[in-house]
Order: sequence, then C-alpha cells, then structure tokens
Amino acid sequence: MADLALVVAEHQEGKPKKITYEMLTAARSVAEELDAEVGVLVMGHDLDADALAEDMGARGADVLFVADHPDLKEYAAEPYAEVIRQLIEEEEPVLVLFGMTPAGRDLAPCVAAKVEAGLASDITGLEVEEGELYIKRPIFSGQAIATVRITRPPALVTVRPNTWAAAPTEQDEAADVEEVDVDELPENGIEVLAVEAQESTRPELTEASIIVAGGRGLQGPENFHLIEELADLLGAAVGTTRAVVDAGWRPYEEQVGQTGKTVSPQLYIAIGISGAIQHVSGMRTSRYIVAINKDPEAPIFKLADYGIVGDLFKVVPELIQAIKEYREQEP
Amino acid sequence: MNIIIPMKRVPDTAIQIAVKDGRVLLEEVETWVINPYDEYAIEEALRLIERQGEGKIIIVTIGPEAAQETIRKALAMGAHEAYHLLDDAFEQLDPLGRARVLAAAIEKIGEYDLIWPGFKGVDNDEGQTGVMMAEFMNVPHVSTAITVEEVADGHAVVKVEAEGGYRRVRVPLPAVITQTQGPHEPRYPTLRGIMGAKKKPLTVWNADDLGVDRDELEPIVEVLNVERPPARKAGRILEGEPDHVARELVRLLHEDAKVI
Ligand SMILES: Cc1cc2nc3c(=O)[nH]c(=O)nc-3n(C[C@H](O)[C@H](O)[C@H](O)COP(=O)(O)OP(=O)(O)OC[C@H]3O[C@@H](n4cnc5c(N)ncnc54)[C@H](O)[C@@H]3O)c2cc1C
Ligand SMILES: Nc1ncnc2c1ncn2[C@@H]1O[C@H](COP(=O)(O)O)[C@@H](O)[C@H]1O
Repeated sequence: MADLALVVAEHQEGKPKKITYEMLTAARSVAEELDAEVGVLVMGHDLDADALAEDMGARGADVLFVADHPDLKEYAAEPYAEVIRQLIEEEEPVLVLFGMTPAGRDLAPCVAAKVEAGLASDITGLEVEEGELYIKRPIFSGQAIATVRITRPPALVTVRPNTWAAAPTEQDEAADVEEVDVDELPENGIEVLAVEAQESTRPELTEASIIVAGGRGLQGPENFHLIEELADLLGAAVGTTRAVVDAGWRPYEEQVGQTGKTVSPQLYIAIGISGAIQHVSGMRTSRYIVAINKDPEAPIFKLADYGIVGDLFKVVPELIQAIKEYREQEP
Repeated sequence: MNIIIPMKRVPDTAIQIAVKDGRVLLEEVETWVINPYDEYAIEEALRLIERQGEGKIIIVTIGPEAAQETIRKALAMGAHEAYHLLDDAFEQLDPLGRARVLAAAIEKIGEYDLIWPGFKGVDNDEGQTGVMMAEFMNVPHVSTAITVEEVADGHAVVKVEAEGGYRRVRVPLPAVITQTQGPHEPRYPTLRGIMGAKKKPLTVWNADDLGVDRDELEPIVEVLNVERPPARKAGRILEGEPDHVARELVRLLHEDAKVI
C-alpha cells in the first residue's frame, strides 16, 4: 500500500485558503518519489464534504479526510491536535504539512510533542533523493539556508506561504472522502474575552502577492495615506518597519522583519526604508523588490531589483498617477 | 507569583553570521544577546510584577558555559534568580529535546504560575519550544502574546496577537505563554542592576540533576548542511525626473517582471 503525505488544510467557512493549495502543490512535488498518496485533512463543522472533495481533487489530493464536529468549528490547539494525533496513529503518514500561519505554527509543535515527531519550521524546499526526504529552511532570518532531515517518520513541516504555487492540476477527479471519527475532544479551559480586529479589505500580510511598505522616511503617520493609496491600487497589503511601529505610527501587525512578519510576496515595494538587517531578514525572499529612497547609499538598494533614488513625496504620487494611467490604457 | 522565563542567547541581531563548510561559524560570533522575544518577555514580566505588587522572575537557560554572561544580563534587568542547564548532552538539542530539558528543569524548580518563553529564537527560527513544553508539562498554552495584563484567581488575562488586531483571553494557571514583540522597549540594565546581578542566585544543573535520560535527547531533526542563500541579481537604478522614472518602473513591473 502506498504511503501518505498529509496536508492539514486551513479554510475559512469551508473555503480552502491559498496556503492549503500551496501545501498540496508541495506535497504533490514529492509524493511520487516517496511512493505516497496525497491526503488532505479538513477540520471544522457543517462542512460540505462533496464540494471539498471536488476542489481538493482538482488540486491533486487523492483522499480527503473530513473531521466534522461542533468543537472543531473554530481553531483551538488541543482539539485540533487530538484529531491529527489520532489520524497519524491510524494512517501513519510519512509527511505531514502545516501552514506557517498563526494557526499552523501553533498547531504543528503541539502535534509534534504529542506524537514525538520531528518538526521542521517555515520550510522553503522539499527534495527526495533515493527515497530520503531532504528539507530546506531559512535560518538566522534568511541569512543562511539549512538542509535538514527528520530521522524517523512522520516528518512534520510548516510551509512558508507564497513559496509553492497554488496551481490547480490537470486532474478532475474528486478526492475519495473518508470521515474521521471524532470522539471526545479535549479542551484547555481558555476563554476568549474579547476580539478586537479591524476588518480589513486588504489581503493578509503574509499571504499577499504584493506588499507596499513604508518606513520612517514617511516622516509621520499622516503621510501613510500615500502608502495606503498605492497599496489599494495594486490590491496589496501594507507593511512597515519597527522604527515606525515603535513611533506609534502604525500597528505592530504590519511590521515586517526579524521580530515582525516574514513575508515572501511576488513584489515588495520599500518606500523610505533604509534596509536594516533586521528588516531585510523579513522580506529578502520576495521575488521582486523595489526601493524608493532619497539616500543612494541606503542598504535597501543592494537588494532591490529596481531602485529609484529620490524624494518619496515626489516619486510616490507620480507612481500612483502612472499606475492609474496604465490601468486606463490596459483595462 | 513565580514567573519562569526560558531564555536563550543568540548572536547579536545586527551582525552577518559566517557560514563555512556547511555550518554556521558560531565560534566567530563576538557579541551575544538575549533572544529579542525573550527580552520582551522579561520586560513585560517585570511590568506585570510591578503592577501586581509581588512576584518573582526565574530565568532558565540551556547553553554553554559562556551563556552565563547573558544570564547575568537578564538578572541585571531585574530577574530574581536563574538556572543554567549545562551538559555536553545539551549541545545538539532539537526543539523536542530542548522542550524536554526545560520541562524537567521547571518541574524540578517546582513552584510556577506562568511559563513565559519567547515565541521563537531568532537563531534557528524554529518557534517550537514553548508549545512543546506546554504539551510535555500538560498545561495549556497561549501563542504569540503581546502582554499579560493581569493575574488573579488562578488565571491570567492575556492580550494576544490576532489578524487585524488582538484578542483577549483568560487562561487557567499554570500555563505557557509565548511572547511576541511587546509594546514596551526592553529596559537597559542600570549600573545598580548590574552590580546587584552578581549577587543573585544562579544554579547550574546537568542532565543527572534533572533526571533526564541522555539517550532520549538524540535529535530527530538533523541538520545536514548550511549554506548561504543564492545572491540576488544586481538591480537597476532608474534615473531621471520623478514622472519619468515612475512610468518606467510601471512598465518594467508589467513587461519584465510581470508582477502587475
Ligand atoms: C532586536 C531587533 C529587532 C528588530 N526587528 C525589526 C523588525 O522586525 N523590523 C524592522 O523593520 N526593524 C527591526 N529592527 C529595527 C532596525 O534595526 C531598524 O532600526 C529599522 O528597520 C529602521 O526602520 P526604517 O527603515 O523605517 O527607518 P530608518 O532606518 O530611519 O530609515 C529611513 C529611510 O528613509 C529615507 N528617507 C527619509 N526621507 C525620505 C524621503 N523624503 N524620500 C525618500 N526616502 C527618504 C532615509 O534615507 C532612510 O534610508 C530591529 C532591531 C533590533 C535591535
Ligand atoms: N537553549 C534554550 N534555553 C532556554 N530557553 C530556550 C532555549 N531555546 C529555546 N528556548 C525558549 O523557547 C523559545 C522558542 O525558541 P525556539 O523554539 O528555539 O525558536 C525561546 O524564545 C526561548 O524562550
């Protein structure tokens, strides 16, 4: 019987998130060489298993495991980890993939401890040689890349967003559905007192394909409308530096860098950002980097694919204008 | 109230690390610092104690002999006592091994309410140890806390990072709470703090003291090789008037990079 590579899906009200598709691509890239089927586990409540089976099938999943239970409606580490523990015991997967997301990075170490399995965090590469799985992951904030091996199965990994493509496959067969029996689920006694979250129309920073980031060069919170306008024009997320967060101009969740978020978009536009090593470490794997800075010596230019040396207060409005014009020409 | 802060030392975050022969040359690192997230935990813990009017902060570090210097820094910031876990068998731990050793040490310390590690170490960027400790110790955990607002009636009220804002949760103690970047810049030790730190209790324990089986600490996650990431291609500086370079940039992003 074939082995199993298991993707732990993330979804919003039954609709898979992009990271789920990316994990499926990652799993598929090594499944054949590992002689493994690709399975995907969806946990939640009132799930539409048929619709999911079709969607997941088109993305290359052979099997869909569905765990449907009222206690799984919202993410919580203990019950989720317990479902995965049981599934790992029954199915003995060789590889289990989680997203490097707020939920995934909380859940994966919890499962790893329960089943005493090795976990590689925030991975950016998977390769198989002679049946052995080799995992690549950035360390020291991306200053180096480590190749690691997990000496006994299952190998647990958390997958960095925007690293594998979220591409569909040629396959149009629905995945086989297997229901996971959910018995007693543990609880942890944690009570949520309040949620203060602003609904944002912008994409989540770690998932965004484009990020427009503004630094101290903006000179004050009142000028960030420039960053926001450019971001909205491009359907981008807004990022910033710790200097800006410490000054209280922007909230911490927008901070990119060593003690902020690690991002890897297709395009990162750094505006009025010097490019300190702690900032760069959070965005150096972006596919394209644009820097706008008035100081030609700013370290950010060493990283930039395209650099503009100039006053951001002149350049950014022109950039906004240029994008608008170009949009009008090419609808 | 006893607050236990597992703290690791990491190379100064502003330096480039050296990589050679498939590994990081840690022996060439001159300046070591408290892992930034752990430093935020210490700062928030000190403030919590000030607000609550009582409490003790206990630092626990796995690390080589030289880690003592970093432990003293934490004591100089205001932590009250420290345990240094030192053993040859602790040199190559993976996160499971670290969590096992730390959990054993904390159980031996015995009295604890809050276990407050950083959310991740900025050396290997793993971010696993805290949650694993909670599992081994069979206590609840809360990940990526901004701060602990209050401790009362055997519970902590914790402000936690959430998408687009934050959540406030109430967790029964003892619990593990992992710290993300806090709202307060960690304090610098004062001269008085530095002098005082020399007299604070620092206990060294090895694997035998903790009763952990050295064989159980074999890493399951093995690092085979370390290399520099591929260098980025030299970029292009666009020159000219703002309106011209802006248009040129849009064209390049569309036609060459194909990202917009
Ligand atoms: C432990 C630790 C962790 C850290 N973690 C992070 C982190 O996660 N993220 C992070 O970002 N930083 C982090 N830092 C801070 C980091 O070292 C820098 O201080 C910070 O990134 C600088 O932010 P900045 O680029 O916005 O500001 P600055 O360095 O002040 O740069 C501002 C730039 O704007 C340019 N500028 C000014 N005016 C204009 C104008 N009119 N037009 C165009 N350009 C202009 C200037 O030339 C300058 O290059 C950390 C530091 C430490 C010690
Ligand atoms: N060697 C260590 N000694 C003490 N605490 C540690 C050690 N390694 C990790 N930790 C704790 O675990 C947290 C997460 O680290 P990591 O899992 O290594 O990314 C750190 O912020 C520390 O609080």
